[in-house]
Amino acid sequence: MNQSDVLPHLFRTEYSKIISVLCKQYGFNQIEIAEDITSETFLVASQVWGLNGIPENPIAWLYAVAKNKAKNLIHRDSIFQKKILPTYQRDQKAFEVELDLSDENIMDSQLRMIFALSHPTIPLESQIGLSLRILCGFGIEEIARAFLSNRETISKRLFRAKEKLRENNITLDFPPPNEWEERLTSVLRTIYLLFNEGYSSQSQDRILRKDLCLEAIHLSSLLLEYKETNTSEVNALLALLCFHISRFDARLDSEGEIVLYGDQDRSLWNEDFIKKGEYFLHQANQDPKFSKYHLEANIAYWHTLPDGSEKKWETIFQLYTGLLELEPSQIILLNRAYALFRAKGREAALKEMDGLDLKSNPYYFYLLGELYLGIEPKKAKDYFREAFSFAKTEADKSAIQRKLDLI
Amino acid sequence: MEDYLILMRLDLLTKEAQPSPEQLQIYMKQYQEWVNGILSQKKFKSGTALSTEGRVIKSNQIMTDGPFVETKESLAGFIIISADNFDDAVQIAKDCPILMGEGNSVEVRKVMGIHKQE
Repeated sequence: MNQSDVLPHLFRTEYSKIISVLCKQYGFNQIEIAEDITSETFLVASQVWGLNGIPENPIAWLYAVAKNKAKNLIHRDSIFQKKILPTYQRDQKAFEVELDLSDENIMDSQLRMIFALSHPTIPLESQIGLSLRILCGFGIEEIARAFLSNRETISKRLFRAKEKLRENNITLDFPPPNEWEERLTSVLRTIYLLFNEGYSSQSQDRILRKDLCLEAIHLSSLLLEYKETNTSEVNALLALLCFHISRFDARLDSEGEIVLYGDQDRSLWNEDFIKKGEYFLHQANQDPKFSKYHLEANIAYWHTLPDGSEKKWETIFQLYTGLLELEPSQIILLNRAYALFRAKGREAALKEMDGLDLKSNPYYFYLLGELYLGIEPKKAKDYFREAFSFAKTEADKSAIQRKLDLI
Repeated sequence: MEDYLILMRLDLLTKEAQPSPEQLQIYMKQYQEWVNGILSQKKFKSGTALSTEGRVIKSNQIMTDGPFVETKESLAGFIIISADNFDDAVQIAKDCPILMGEGNSVEVRKVMGIHKQE
């Protein structure tokens, strides 16, 4: 690794660990102090390493500084002491704190953190923002870029979310057994949305977006490390994310414009991720469940197969039908209609499109254009024009324009 | 050539609005470039950063937690350079990236050698 990459890399990997351990130790309501300690630790590292070079064991260096900072704070800050001590009164160790930085405790703390940040009382948008900040070590600026927002808005949102954590007395305790399943569902949804934010975000920053996706993958891999959270749903989710990210580089052309699935250069698909996806899908299918992630992962798997594969589009059509049962949605119907087009032809798909009510969705009109292309080119052109007028991003607009130019 | 001590004082109380990895990378590069610049002029003698924690011992042997956090001016580190004269040393010190932080300061002192070899 390049010398100058070391610090950002460590920031991504260690930020969440240090902050999680601090929060577990001092109480989740001290999350802001934990954030400050962790940020300052990295700030000091940037200065000291710049002057003296990178230490032999940079991770140990970071932990030592964070530990000292935490200790100092306890000794120094009387307000902090007053707040902390009542909780720790039974525990005389409060003053002699030694942060437990064993791998085991770090993992445990991080897992608790994931669960806390996905607490159902926090608005979804804030869950994602907080996860980006606390779990992935994203800067406020980066989160703002990812959400196409500005610094102030994001700071306020994160602040309110932390207030909410306090108001609702959310702790870093694991949820009781009867809530476990619901909370894991919530955790998976956060990861899923985190990935979506990166995958279909309209932010122009390509590297940032890919980073977001990789973080989501990292978080779900983390869940597999624990017996309790290594469930078939988590495996299915991870498989889904791997299949999706395998196409990341093929989805945009050199100008940053969207390349539709059918036009993608398959040599750009990432084979490693497809292999990983297959492995996790296999794990997930050991305990076959009719879950959203199972169905979506299977759909994504079939999408990785070459177009000529037997039963490809029939199977995808059936999987979408299953998904509809779980969450009826017009978008899924639209996707299913495309699968039907590929499996059974234009007529069957057009019949299916009749029942759809997506009159301001550019993709709806795009598919109509596609379906009429082989039958009535004039009608197709009208639909593509309609799609153009509803398109929200420049990338979509130019993709549609290219289609129009070809007719 | 004479030796000069450059003391870097850092406002440890100001909360840097939580830097992003990219910012940290830039900070680190700035420090490296500053030190490398001095090295390339063959004017760097030695130096080190200091821990942010410290103990202050007062004349009555009472020890307090330091460094002087209440003064907002903690010593972050120092380097010793050799420079042609005071002005030259000040020129070098002026480029110290620490000065980009509000409230931070750099102090230049000439090292008065008592054991001059010559």
